[in-house]
Amino acid sequence: MSIEISQVTKTFGDFVALQDVDLSVPTGQLTALLGPSGGGKSTLLRIIAGLDDADSGRVEIEGVDATALPPQKRNVGFVFQHYAAFKHMTVAKNVAFGLEIRKRPKAEIAAKVDEMLELVHLSQFRDRLPSQLSGGQRQRMALARALAIEPTVLLLDEPFGALDAKVRKELRDWLRRLHDEVHVTTVFVTHDQEEALEVADSIVVINQGRIEQIGTPDELYDQPANDFVLGFLGPVTQLGDLRIRPHDIEVSREPRPDGVHGHISRWTRVGFEVRLEVTPTADAPPVQVTVTRAEANVLGLKVGDPVWLRPTVGAQAVGV
Amino acid sequence: MPETRTAHRSRGPVAHLLRFAVIAYLFLLVVWPVSLVVTHTFENGFDALRTVFGDADTVAALRLTAIAALIATAINTVFGVGVSLLLVRSDFPGKRIVSSLMDLPLAISPVVVGLSLVLVYGGTNGWFGPVLEAGGVKIIFATPGIVMATAFVALPLVIREEVPVLQEIGTEQEQAARSLGAGPWQTFRRITLPSIRWAVVYGVVLTLARSLGEFGAVKVVSGNISGQTRTATLAVEEKYLNWEQESAYAIAFLLAGVSVLCIIAVSILRARADRN
Repeated sequence: MSIEISQVTKTFGDFVALQDVDLSVPTGQLTALLGPSGGGKSTLLRIIAGLDDADSGRVEIEGVDATALPPQKRNVGFVFQHYAAFKHMTVAKNVAFGLEIRKRPKAEIAAKVDEMLELVHLSQFRDRLPSQLSGGQRQRMALARALAIEPTVLLLDEPFGALDAKVRKELRDWLRRLHDEVHVTTVFVTHDQEEALEVADSIVVINQGRIEQIGTPDELYDQPANDFVLGFLGPVTQLGDLRIRPHDIEVSREPRPDGVHGHISRWTRVGFEVRLEVTPTADAPPVQVTVTRAEANVLGLKVGDPVWLRPTVGAQAVGV
Repeated sequence: MPETRTAHRSRGPVAHLLRFAVIAYLFLLVVWPVSLVVTHTFENGFDALRTVFGDADTVAALRLTAIAALIATAINTVFGVGVSLLLVRSDFPGKRIVSSLMDLPLAISPVVVGLSLVLVYGGTNGWFGPVLEAGGVKIIFATPGIVMATAFVALPLVIREEVPVLQEIGTEQEQAARSLGAGPWQTFRRITLPSIRWAVVYGVVLTLARSLGEFGAVKVVSGNISGQTRTATLAVEEKYLNWEQESAYAIAFLLAGVSVLCIIAVSILRARADRN
């Protein structure tokens, strides 16, 4: 195990940020800390890095007790949401910083900086100042700077949170590929369940200072441990006796004996999908259904139409 | 500053009237009086300046002012950077009181500053002075007292320049440096100091200008002994009252000249910092 956290508690005044948290992060994996804002995930990450101190509990990194170590002795790479670029240094100087502090030979530093800039595709920007880079480029520079010191663990605090949706998606794919190349134990904090599901090997769901569930993306999505995880990873709706994801429901205009009959009471188009609310004829709460735009067009769905609903073939009921 | 460039250019009669009022006010209050000092200095060519630099006591006064100002500025720079960091980067009980105390020197009269220093460090009746004097350290009526009074009066200038800049840059860069292996001193030297360097420079220049011109506090603590503890500002008063008005104007001209150079230096540096 690369990071071993036991019984960590942290309070800010009356606010309990973390309560008796235990967590093991395996070596070489990409782990996501997922949860709502203010849930304690960033605090946990900062405690691992030594940027915050736990009130009680213990942090071990690669078998070494790091609880009392200052951040500069933990050999941890940290990437901040707002990049924390050293504004008065060029890109190359930023990346070299950790190595210069470590008083490595000049030739070694130069070689490492070249290698890192190559890795993050910023070689042609090496002599620019951070203010001359885009947000995505700055974050890649910050990543290169953190990786240059060959950290035991790489910690990323909402690394793509300040970027626009498109760059965010690109960087997310790129981080996954980078991790497959570099294999450094990585923990990243996010409040975006899609990001966690897409990128992480394993996800730790944190809410109100406690860990709700730890598992692979599939485990969390299909077998959530409780209502919170169920709801946080994606929308859920009630179809007859089943709890089911809204996109796992098939809509039909023909009566089906095994289907739930109802009328479309709301119709909302969001980009490529159409979200429907169907009020069942039988006394039951409204069902949320998501279909693609194409499906909605083929069926000609409108508000007020009678429809029959049933789980799609291969759909999985989700339960707690 | 970009705001000035995009400022609305009003051409109405009110705007003209306001502009005239501001210019007239500045002219009557600042430009005209100061320019008269210059013209009086050069009424007889360079005679006045020659007299001033020919008089050993006056040269001693100018030298004392320069030395006191430089030492006070050096002390206030180091202390000011430290206090600014303390006020912005740490939390402790009584922080607000400390922060308010830093403004006190701006609020109270320099004469009061001088008197209070005499009460503590005065050689005969002071609270702490007799002990020091017994140990061979003379503060009041000597250079250390002049330096202390000057440093006291100019205390807030460095701090007031740096605090907002420290607040603005935040702590993330420092945290990043720590996580990359830098200790507290390395972080300060390589990250914090370069980020606040322009604020430090402004603070130093303003402190220097203020220190050169200090009069009230210095008058009380220095003893005003000609050739020994008389500073340039005290010499101006002395000459003026002794009907050596030409010398008084010349020394005043020198003091004002250095201050104007300081202000020009600041505005050039500020323009350069804004460009970066």
